[in-house]
Amino acid sequence: MAKASNRPMSPHLQIWRWGPGMLLSILHRVTGSGLATFGLGLLLWWLGALASGADAYAVFQSWVWADLSSLVWSGADIIRSLIRVVLKVVVIGLTWSLFQHLLSGLRHFVLDIGAGYELDTNNRTSAILPVLALLLTAGFWALIILR
Amino acid sequence: MGNGTSIGSVRGLGSAHSGSHHWLLQRFTAMGNLILIAYLLTAMVLLPDLSFMVVRHWISQPIPATAVALLVISLFWHARLGLQVVVEDYVHDHANKFAALAALNLVAFGGTAFGVFSIIRIALGAA
Repeated sequence: MAKASNRPMSPHLQIWRWGPGMLLSILHRVTGSGLATFGLGLLLWWLGALASGADAYAVFQSWVWADLSSLVWSGADIIRSLIRVVLKVVVIGLTWSLFQHLLSGLRHFVLDIGAGYELDTNNRTSAILPVLALLLTAGFWALIILR
Repeated sequence: MGNGTSIGSVRGLGSAHSGSHHWLLQRFTAMGNLILIAYLLTAMVLLPDLSFMVVRHWISQPIPATAVALLVISLFWHARLGLQVVVEDYVHDHANKFAALAALNLVAFGGTAFGVFSIIRIALGAA
């Protein structure tokens, strides 16, 4: 370089400022990948257990939605209990992923028809959607748990 | 990469001419997912509980069985298209990319078959 300059160098692979649109873009990919692997795996386990009978469904429930107060925290059961806690976090994370991916997917439909590219509109909707996804996740679990 | 010249196409480096088909299918399956996931989540909230007897009876009825079977097909199709793009973006080695896409197709077809078979088994009352 001949001399240092303050002029922006864009696009650059490593130096950039985060914007809401970038956050939404990578969230869409990450949540989509998570749903396509762990989410579909869980869906198949659920359907397979339903098709296999009450015993298989009880096994599914004991792993995926264990009663946290009944977990045993001694000996080899510690590992099983830890997995059950992790699975519960994964299940809640997958419902969040579903709502996040659904909302950013709807945003894709809007962008597809050529709308929503104005900087203000784009930034505002991109910033609102992650908040909305968290609210939908909380609302869904409230309906499930409080029924 | 090919620069769009005819020799580039002959070498297999030109456009595959199937991008818009992929793009459209991603949208069509997304619409299917949207409707059917909304149906499934609504049912899960409205059912009295998610115990074996309740869920199994619900899913064995004609409309829920059809909807969940279609959901499995639509979800796996959508996931296959989406993960294909992820693989193409991050796996650059030709052999690894081919292996990853081949595995993806096998898992997508296998998963769809298992899900649909499970629903048919429930709906037709075996076991």
